[in-house]
Amino acid sequence: MSDHSEAVEHVGGTTITFSYVWIALLVMTGIEVFLAYEQLPTLIMLTALLGLSIVKAALIIAYFMHLKFEKLSLFLTLFPMLVLCIILMLIIFMPDSVRSLNMRVVQ
Amino acid sequence: MSEAKAATMDSVWHGGGSPYAIGSKKFGMWLFIISDALTFSALLVAYTYVRLATPEWPKPFHFSPSIIFSSVMTFCLLSSSLTMVMAVHSMNHGNRKATVGWILATIVGGLAFVGLHLTEWLNLINNEHVTTSGNEWGVPLFGGTFFALTGLHMTHVVIGVIYLAIIAFAVARGKFKYEDVEVSGLYWHFVDLVWMFIFPLVYLMSAKI
Repeated sequence: MSDHSEAVEHVGGTTITFSYVWIALLVMTGIEVFLAYEQLPTLIMLTALLGLSIVKAALIIAYFMHLKFEKLSLFLTLFPMLVLCIILMLIIFMPDSVRSLNMRVVQ
Repeated sequence: MSEAKAATMDSVWHGGGSPYAIGSKKFGMWLFIISDALTFSALLVAYTYVRLATPEWPKPFHFSPSIIFSSVMTFCLLSSSLTMVMAVHSMNHGNRKATVGWILATIVGGLAFVGLHLTEWLNLINNEHVTTSGNEWGVPLFGGTFFALTGLHMTHVVIGVIYLAIIAFAVARGKFKYEDVEVSGLYWHFVDLVWMFIFPLVYLMSAKI
């Protein structure tokens, strides 16, 4: 087991890097709020918001959660499975939600 | 270089002692985070499902106060993530006093988030008459999914605040090591990360233009 003494220099980002990441996250949040008030079609809006959210999540995971500086094997163990499970949920459930809407009796 | 990292270098194909070169606490937290991420994914998928299957999904969030509140809440969480990174950074340099200060700043961010969120909930309950089982727009699932998603997230924030308070208390008394602070940081960043999906999907997609 790794035994960190108190003053071990750890590989990772610097304070300035973390500040840049924080600013980038804030800017992307600002863009998201701005997009919410543009009259964009729902699908484009959803794609833009989700795209930005995924970029933000990636920044948080890579820098704040330090994963960029860990061994690649840790990333490969954790994330492909998570992404696969989410994709499976979407593939299995989403078409059905639209189908039930189309089956509705129009009044 | 730590012992664990050295051990993997020569024996990773011989069932090395620590194939990920991280401590067991940190790996345990990562596994928890992945399983919790699946819980939130399932809730978000369920929310998206009922939203797609409902013809007239309500969009009750006015710019003021709801969107302003939730944007400030996002700012609080993002900033508390930055202070948590600084706490881990200080602990890495052996500065326990600074670590406690940064963790306390993180706790303040978390409490501000919870306070604003509860105000926003009360606004929705009192002014828009939304409950978990009904509302004026005739879409009871709106309240159900909204309170389930944001409620579970708020529970995570509250647990995180308690967790950080314990860590700060122990660090101030000279207990716990770098890894313990880092693991609590992982949890806190995860709570922040989940909000990065709930905020656009629940609030921004339902903003009243």
